[in-house]
Amino acid sequence: MEHKQPCTCSCIPGEHSPNSSCVNNDNSAHSIDTTTGNLTFANTLDHFLARLGWDRSSHRVEPGLYRLGNPGSDSPVFASANYTLSFDALRSALSGIDAWILVLDTKGINVWCAAGKGTFGTDELVRMIHVTDLPVIVKHRKIIVPQLGAPGISWPDVMRRSQFLVEYGPVRASDLPQYLTTHTATPEMRRVEFPFKDRIVLTPVEFVHLALPLFVVTAFLWFLAGPVAALAAISAVIAGTVIFPALLPFIPTHDFSTKGLLLGGLVAIPFAASFATVPAIPFWANTLAAATALLLIPAVTAYIALNFTGCTTFTSRTGVKKEIFRYVPVMAVMAGLGITAGLILGISRLLGVI
Amino acid sequence: MFDSYTETTLRYYPERCINCKRCTQVCPHTVFEPGSDHAELVRPASCMECGACALNCPVQAIEVQSGVGCAWAMISAALRGKDMDTECSCGGEDSTCCATQKEPECNCGEK
Repeated sequence: MEHKQPCTCSCIPGEHSPNSSCVNNDNSAHSIDTTTGNLTFANTLDHFLARLGWDRSSHRVEPGLYRLGNPGSDSPVFASANYTLSFDALRSALSGIDAWILVLDTKGINVWCAAGKGTFGTDELVRMIHVTDLPVIVKHRKIIVPQLGAPGISWPDVMRRSQFLVEYGPVRASDLPQYLTTHTATPEMRRVEFPFKDRIVLTPVEFVHLALPLFVVTAFLWFLAGPVAALAAISAVIAGTVIFPALLPFIPTHDFSTKGLLLGGLVAIPFAASFATVPAIPFWANTLAAATALLLIPAVTAYIALNFTGCTTFTSRTGVKKEIFRYVPVMAVMAGLGITAGLILGISRLLGVI
Repeated sequence: MFDSYTETTLRYYPERCINCKRCTQVCPHTVFEPGSDHAELVRPASCMECGACALNCPVQAIEVQSGVGCAWAMISAALRGKDMDTECSCGGEDSTCCATQKEPECNCGEK
């Protein structure tokens, strides 16, 4: 259903952006914003804050049709999400190319996640094609959709409902210039990797997410059990949120939980050794303190590690579910025993037994 | 025994395949490769159940129960007494598993 209202001229300067301008088509009721392939300092700052998880919902672009450069009715059309990182990656990759960018309303979520939720989906794509009068603006009937949008898009349905043929571009916008020379993607362009850079860029959000509970626990341990115990808590969380993602492919075993248990076990060893050799407390207290470290630290690190599955680019629901049923009970028992041991120590200390 | 990721819900019926190659274009883990008369299922264990292939197969030659491989979402659903398979809190304000960057896997079903 095309919206062919008489031109109420929605292209009043400043209505959407200072650069908004009318399409050279009188039937168009929808204003078209102009964008560029250049990223400004403000864009870079916005990306930095998005990576930090700062004000999650604020990194948005207005949904709609954008002109990049000076596109005409034969220029290619690219679909994107209304998340600044997605949109900016696309427009900067297309720098110097005249194109149309159709930004779907994905509620400020990136293409892949939104596709999984269905907000970057067939319905929204078809809706935006019609709302923006795209069939009037371009003569061709082809739209280039990022490959990672495919979990939300059914190309036969889009074709049936809008007559537009979906062409799946490469995974990464940075491959677009090469892709556009032949309109075929190499296997490398189609494959999602999870390199060190992509893993490490996720760690600030992971850590920030746990910062408040960690602060409370650390303060509690500092006063009750001393600075080494406080450091142990910080180490367990840093191991899970930062070291684990960094070393993900290099830790032996395949499951996230077992990787986390291994890493947490390694982190626990020096603390256990330290607690086992604290002078002036009875042997049973040394043993119990060491056991607390060996039980609690791996359990905490493994649990955080298991929760990293959602950040990765390759875990299946079936596999993660299997992991949850297999290892969460183990972690819970370890944590339960560790907390009990710690409480016995704490109470003994308060009562003056040790 | 220590690999939870050997089986998935992916099912492929090659006899229905019309060799349109869409599955090979949308799969992010090269689970399908182009074949002479039909697509070849070459790496079934690499499937992350994103559902792109099944949704883009015009002849229903592929079936998969798509979903998000996110322990955080599944555990919080279970803790709130919701169904782990259908409930997903991904992408919300307080979620770690989405919304941060272009890459994180998060094929959380319906909101």
